[in-house]
Amino acid sequence: MKKIEAIIKPFKLDEVKDALAEVGLAGMTVTEVKGFGRQKGHTEVYRGSEYTVDFLPKIKLEIVVDEAQLEEASKAIIGAAKTGKIGDGKVFILPVEEAIRIRTDETGAEAV
Amino acid sequence: MKAITQKLKQSLLIWLFVILPLAGLSSSIMADEEAATSDAGTTGETVLSDAESTDASDGGDAEIGSESDEKDAAPSGVNKYKYDAIENPGADNAFFTTSNLWLLLAAALVFIMHLGFSTLEAGLSRSKNTVNVLFKNVFIICIGVLTYAFWGFNAMYPGSAYDDDGKPLPAEEAAWNGKVAKGSWFGNPETTQEKVDEWNNGQLSEGYADYNWWTDFIFQAMFAATAATIVSGAVAERIKLSSFMVFAVLLVMFAYPISGAWKWGGGFLDAGGFYDFAGSSIVHAFGGFAALACVIVLGPRLGKYTDSGMKPIPGHSMPLATIGVFLLFLGWFGFNGGSVLSADPLLVGHVFVTTALAACAGGFASIIVSWAKFHKPDLTMGLNGMLAGLVGITAGADTVGMGSAIIIGLIAGLIVVFSIVLFDSIKIDDPVGAISVHGVCGIWGTIAVGIFSFNPEHSFVTQLKGTLIISAWAFLFSLIVFSALKAIMGVRVSEEEETVGLDKSEHGQEAYPDFTIASEK
Repeated sequence: MKKIEAIIKPFKLDEVKDALAEVGLAGMTVTEVKGFGRQKGHTEVYRGSEYTVDFLPKIKLEIVVDEAQLEEASKAIIGAAKTGKIGDGKVFILPVEEAIRIRTDETGAEAV
Repeated sequence: MKAITQKLKQSLLIWLFVILPLAGLSSSIMADEEAATSDAGTTGETVLSDAESTDASDGGDAEIGSESDEKDAAPSGVNKYKYDAIENPGADNAFFTTSNLWLLLAAALVFIMHLGFSTLEAGLSRSKNTVNVLFKNVFIICIGVLTYAFWGFNAMYPGSAYDDDGKPLPAEEAAWNGKVAKGSWFGNPETTQEKVDEWNNGQLSEGYADYNWWTDFIFQAMFAATAATIVSGAVAERIKLSSFMVFAVLLVMFAYPISGAWKWGGGFLDAGGFYDFAGSSIVHAFGGFAALACVIVLGPRLGKYTDSGMKPIPGHSMPLATIGVFLLFLGWFGFNGGSVLSADPLLVGHVFVTTALAACAGGFASIIVSWAKFHKPDLTMGLNGMLAGLVGITAGADTVGMGSAIIIGLIAGLIVVFSIVLFDSIKIDDPVGAISVHGVCGIWGTIAVGIFSFNPEHSFVTQLKGTLIISAWAFLFSLIVFSALKAIMGVRVSEEEETVGLDKSEHGQEAYPDFTIASEK
């Protein structure tokens, strides 16, 4: 089993979710995060003084998949989340030692 | 989601069919009881509720008519003005009734300004301090009205000190010295129903005003509370709550009536020809300069002025701030409109128009000026601009023309933007712009009367002197008292408390315990 952690632009979330559903993956966890890479922040003005906002809002999507589905899952995410502009985000793949479904105590591939 | 809507439906049904009918039933039972009892061992509150229940029940009019045989004079123990209005209807009584009603409505409108202050201050401060900001506003209205009842009203309106030419009255005739008067409980001291009615009718004497004494009290009490709440915005997000509470009581209970009496109470400023229609100086400049003194003693918020320049601390809710300013605008119709002190159709209409024109001109000017200066249109500057226009017109709404009102508003809107930037440049941290809107524009509004007034007796120099005296009084009083509080009990929360937020550290409560981080598309 592998875990995919994807940092994507927030407005891309629905597209990515639909793309994953199309390859048969219907479960995921999503967190609202802030971050930056090469995409610089922007300046805002409040009552006469300027300030830079370095951190930009992003969505972190976590999904654990069977190794067999890993490639199509990543392709789906990347394809849906890409805009071609700076700040599209990144995908990280991590190994997962174990997965357990709480309700039924299933483990391994059945739990995912 | 289904469970929530279910719960909502349940509680709505309970309210509609159980609680509201019970409340209606019990209050009508209580009203009947009060009308029936002749309990006389209490103060003014019972008088009011007895009068209310008599008016509310349908038998009221029949009672009055049947009790008296004469049509000329009201029988003793009966509300004289209601009797007059019904038995001797005529222009005078109608005007009195209308004026009184308008003044009461205006008092309610001024009360709405507290709603405005609360939401504006909450919106322009961070969410971690929202409970604290709201709490201060709740405290101020409570303490403002109560101290005005216990002390302020009689201290502010102690009677005559000068004759019509501005000369001091001789000692036997003068009710006070024109500078400071002692306060006292405002209500009637009588304890039997008969004596109370007699006292009431005495208060409702024709020579007094176009409204009765009850109305006078409540209208002025709302103004007093407004003056105190100006300070709460400027000191937000780092003030220690207990110190603020002590300061607010002292400011509204003692300082406000003293300077208020100088003009509205017939004191030395009034004798000198100073004019402040609805309180640009007495309320706004007073509050603004008290705020300035406190902010100087208190210091800026952590992280606002750093070595690498000013870091703005944006407010957490622009909708709340906007709603607040619109509520203040609404309340100002009562603030200025009621200050006519009658329902004079032409004058009240005139005041409504000048008030609105100045507010809109102020907002417009601030929008243009801040857009030009900062290259982006700033909502909060537009909001402050509207308020600046309102403060600016408050001294002379009844004595300047339409064009003048617009100019006064435009200049106020212009001044406020530069003033806000100036105070930040000298490290005076004012989260809501209260010092600029109320203090600086309060002075502008007062001297504008000297420039634009119809009345040739209003002079620029007198206006300037008057407003500087009141502002200096507020500033010095606050500087001394607040510095003393700083030495005695401290006026600021610790750095850790300020960082965590006053809601958690001072109140142990959060304003938004359910919210998660906002998402953006």
